[in-house]
Amino acid sequence: MNQIHSATQEQSWATSEEEPIVRIENVTKTFGSTYAVDDISLNIHRGEFFSLLGASGCGKTTLLRMLGGFETPTSGRIYIDGQDVTHVPPYLRPINMMFQSYALFPHMTVAQNIAYGLKQERMPDVVIRERVAEMLALVQIEKLATRKPHQLSGGQRQRVALARALAKHPKILLLDEPLGALDKKLRERTQFELVNIQERLGITFITVTHDQEEAMTMSSRIALINEGRIEQVDSPRRIYEFPATRYAANFIGTVNLFNGYVVSHENDMVLIHSDEAGADILVHHSQLLTPDMEVTVAIRPEKITVRDHFIDEPNSLNGIIKEIAYLGDVSIYHVELVTGKRVLFTQPNVLALAEQPLTWEQEVSLTWSAYSCGVLTQ
Amino acid sequence: MMNIIGRLQQRLQPLVPGKGLITALPWFWLALFFVLPFLFVLKISLSEPQLMQPPYQDWIREVEDGLVTITLNFGNYMMLWEDDLYRGALWGSFKVASISTLICILIGYPMAYAISLAPQYMRMPLLMLIILPFWTSFLLRVYAWIGILKDNGLLNQVLMNLGIINEPLQILHTNIAVYIGVVYTYLPFFVLPLYATLIRLDNTLLEAAADLGARPLKQFISITLPQSFAGIVAGSMLVFLPVMGEFVIPDLLGGPDTLMLGKLMWTEFFSNKDWPLASSLASVLLVVLVIPFVIMRHYEQKLADREQ
Repeated sequence: MNQIHSATQEQSWATSEEEPIVRIENVTKTFGSTYAVDDISLNIHRGEFFSLLGASGCGKTTLLRMLGGFETPTSGRIYIDGQDVTHVPPYLRPINMMFQSYALFPHMTVAQNIAYGLKQERMPDVVIRERVAEMLALVQIEKLATRKPHQLSGGQRQRVALARALAKHPKILLLDEPLGALDKKLRERTQFELVNIQERLGITFITVTHDQEEAMTMSSRIALINEGRIEQVDSPRRIYEFPATRYAANFIGTVNLFNGYVVSHENDMVLIHSDEAGADILVHHSQLLTPDMEVTVAIRPEKITVRDHFIDEPNSLNGIIKEIAYLGDVSIYHVELVTGKRVLFTQPNVLALAEQPLTWEQEVSLTWSAYSCGVLTQ
Repeated sequence: MMNIIGRLQQRLQPLVPGKGLITALPWFWLALFFVLPFLFVLKISLSEPQLMQPPYQDWIREVEDGLVTITLNFGNYMMLWEDDLYRGALWGSFKVASISTLICILIGYPMAYAISLAPQYMRMPLLMLIILPFWTSFLLRVYAWIGILKDNGLLNQVLMNLGIINEPLQILHTNIAVYIGVVYTYLPFFVLPLYATLIRLDNTLLEAAADLGARPLKQFISITLPQSFAGIVAGSMLVFLPVMGEFVIPDLLGGPDTLMLGKLMWTEFFSNKDWPLASSLASVLLVVLVIPFVIMRHYEQKLADREQ
């Protein structure tokens, strides 16, 4: 998981004092008897690259469409730049959207598509022409100005859609699965471009995606949404390292979960007994937990170190390697514990053709630091 | 086993002229029922009338043994060009067809648009209302209009009872009655293809337009209207082309000053027994009609290319 944004930004959003550019207050949207969005409150700050992440049907797109003005909340309010826009139609909002299907106007050229929003503002022709040229240069499609959308490739269409949505210099740009229609290589390149453009223009980007890697790469913060509710809002790094819920831990990346109960909690160290692990686990955790409370310990596969013999230490589990998946850069090992529980760990493949030290049916011992795992209470 | 079947299919392929036959069938149909009859009509149009059965002279005649004369008579076409009556009829047909098409656009577009915007469960019933008149004979429906439009007909009685008029309006046997009849008859042919175009329109295009600042009316003018242009063209052709040759409606509802090609052709064929003249009229009409059709095909092709 690589992240483009600098680490210094990470905490600034949480402590920001200024009025957030988007304030969502207790917004609920129902379709019939189903809750698409269920009582969501959220602040998004100026200049953020914010991602709404979730599985399909979790309500993230409905939330984005309510920001765009294409759906009206059943209850709750939405403020943009301090102004209540809950019932303001899309054509009066200082927001533009890049649609998942791009929604380019087929009967207009690329330049006409980009100029469309500017024409609605009745800007003078000279200004419009300048702005269109500026946008074409921004997304590097100057040569395509006179083409019609059907003459463009998928990647080119995506650029036109982006240029059109940015042409009016909106306060906020909404992006609905912006890279969803691109192939993998192009998607990776475009991720960086999107972030560069966002940082250059300083516009707040709010994107919807189901792709956790995409969200991790581009976002300053991620809101993980599940069944119409927010599971966690945090920076990519924190959401990965310190997931707040079992759902969050499972959705982003791979994780080993051990159910258990609290034995004791002293000096920020929790001792947890897990029957699944067949052992006691020591975890660093600052929030006070009461004994006998049911909790789950989460350990990422890459945090586990492995030794090729059984040992008896805290936070160490003995087992046998049952399966190995070679992925090129890393290998994933499935270890079966004495209790029958399967645990995953990864190892980088540092040497190309060397004899692998780990093999099937080998007895190994897995250990990790008390600071590299987390406790989940929800 | 699969292998044997596969090889057998390969062997039999050239023996089954399936693909060629299927594409040949419409061509055959077109040749038999359009090109051939038209060649007959063209042939008759170049002959001279005579008071016999058939009422025209063949232009290939054997005068003596071995001597064949071919006499082409272009007089009919000259007459069409010189006589005001025929030019007037062509103009009359063109005028009725154009104005009717325009009225169909003005009435039919809002209808098709409204149906396309109606909730899903309402669309089929509304479309049924458009199609329902086809269940009755076309002739019967035109006759019904006589009952409505005549001096002591339904319309005049209602208007007089309401006190809007004191004397019955002369509508039947005027051009107004022809327009009413034509628009009534051909409106479904305009609405249906237009509806088919409108229902396929991508709704996110309108959302994108709204997002970029276009109010609903502007969205309609800048997106919906140009996107439905192909439907307007298709519907207009389905009205314009048949109305150009329309005979029944002007004959039943029109008056003495209703001058249209179809009616004139009928008079030449059956009253005056001048088959050559009638045939040349038919030939000219066909040429006049083929031109807009070719234009439409060209436009459709361009559109199809664009959707690729």
